[in-house]
Amino acid sequence: MQALGIDVLFKGINMQRLLGGLWISLRISLIAVAFSIVLGLVVGVLMAGDNPVIKAVTRVYLEIVRVMPQMVLLFIVFFGTTRVFGWNIEAEIASIIVFTFWGTAEMADLVRGALISIPRHQYESAAALGMEEGQIYRRIIIPQTLRRLIPLSINLVTRMIKTTSLAMMIGVVEVLKVGQQIIEANRKSSPHAAFGVYACVFLLYFAACWPISMFSRYLERKWS
Amino acid sequence: MRKNWIKKTSAAVLGLILTGSLLAGCGSGSGTAAQGADEPQAQETEAEAAGTEAADAAENENAGFRTLEEIQASGKITIGVFSDKSPFGYVDENGEYQGYDVYFGNRIAQDLGVELEYVSTEAASRIEYLQTGKVDIILANFTVTPERAEEVDFALPYMNVALGVVSHNDRVITDLSQITADDQVIVISGTTAETYLTKNNPEIKLQKFDTYATAKSAFENGTGVAWANDNTEVIAFAAENEGYTVGIDSLGSADTIAPAVTKGNETLLNWLNEEIVKLGEEKFFHADYEATLVDTYGPEFEETLVVEGGGQAAAPAQN
Repeated sequence: MQALGIDVLFKGINMQRLLGGLWISLRISLIAVAFSIVLGLVVGVLMAGDNPVIKAVTRVYLEIVRVMPQMVLLFIVFFGTTRVFGWNIEAEIASIIVFTFWGTAEMADLVRGALISIPRHQYESAAALGMEEGQIYRRIIIPQTLRRLIPLSINLVTRMIKTTSLAMMIGVVEVLKVGQQIIEANRKSSPHAAFGVYACVFLLYFAACWPISMFSRYLERKWS
Repeated sequence: MRKNWIKKTSAAVLGLILTGSLLAGCGSGSGTAAQGADEPQAQETEAEAAGTEAADAAENENAGFRTLEEIQASGKITIGVFSDKSPFGYVDENGEYQGYDVYFGNRIAQDLGVELEYVSTEAASRIEYLQTGKVDIILANFTVTPERAEEVDFALPYMNVALGVVSHNDRVITDLSQITADDQVIVISGTTAETYLTKNNPEIKLQKFDTYATAKSAFENGTGVAWANDNTEVIAFAAENEGYTVGIDSLGSADTIAPAVTKGNETLLNWLNEEIVKLGEEKFFHADYEATLVDTYGPEFEETLVVEGGGQAAAPAQN
């Protein structure tokens, strides 16, 4: 066991520190996810609309998010805002802002995709049955859109949880950083601790993402 | 073909625009960083003025620091350290920061009579942290270089780094002249050891490896007569592995490691310099070495690595 570095996980309060790091990762990503879903729904509906100005603006927004690495966004929000505006944003808040900015764009694109994938004739058939616009959306369009959205957005959520590891670059000590600290602190006494520690970090990420996947399956089955 | 060309051009243009805006975002900072959360109004006016002050930017680039008085008044100092570079700055199994840099950091806070907060920094973001005033001091094994000295202010040094050469016990190389034309010296590509030997001793045949691990196994298998690297690395290697001796422990231009503060933060810089000189009287950094580094480097390299009282800064640089 020592060769694999499992023992270092139980030295001192190392396990607690890893769990604390996981909590920080989850706190950042879940708050960002909550904002992203709400904002993404709004922006996505706007994107699917007909207004050419809104379409152009959201298009530019989406492309910026796609092209810009999240790490660059983190540096801009954390260091750049201090330089240019003098704002002193806390590292965790800066991470939440960046992940929300990113998540909203991707979520909005998913919403737009799901909305326009509903065939035109569904709107027309509903109208022919005498439904009003509100009714059409509530009873026909939104339920189908949500069902199509679920697998896609779960994908996004788990991706956001995993990408929080980038926040270590601006000083947030999240689960992966704690793992690296443990490996390095034991470099002499257990040179192969990397295996055990990274395996543990993997299991922690898995434990965080698996319930979300299960929940999405449950929803898919329930709504099908 | 034509379509492809259009795609490439538009991609290039988009890339250029983004890089441009990025550079503008990062480079044009007029340094009006917050001086503390208790001055919201001052911050706002500063932020408003930021645009018009762009011309003064060069002069005013690092206005975001806290002076010595402000740190003492706030009752808390923020120090940026490594959290995963044992034995200089790391976190132990109880979640406490430890190491040579941290030992010094603890003393700084104690002598200032303020609370201490460590921020975990990465090598790439150390200068940025100082320039935005997000930490008061960087104590992250920061090697003094002329390029860095233009971006931040270094205090007096507290440690030496130089190159070292480790060799097998049966033929210890204590001088580079002992290396014959048939011998090969192992270096890791891209390190200062490679640059130094290529430039100053072109007659020595180098065997280059990309990673620490491959260089190490090649050296252990007798591929080279010696291995040149940062002296801290070769000393640690010889201490951890039987049968090797560091014949040359200080080669080339000796660099130093020093605390850094935001450029222009004179009150804090002066206090740090006085503190380092004062600590020299009680041999503080020797005690630091004995508490944190002796396990890795052994007692015989104490004098090579430790700089006491900022002492060697005044001595002429050795070549």
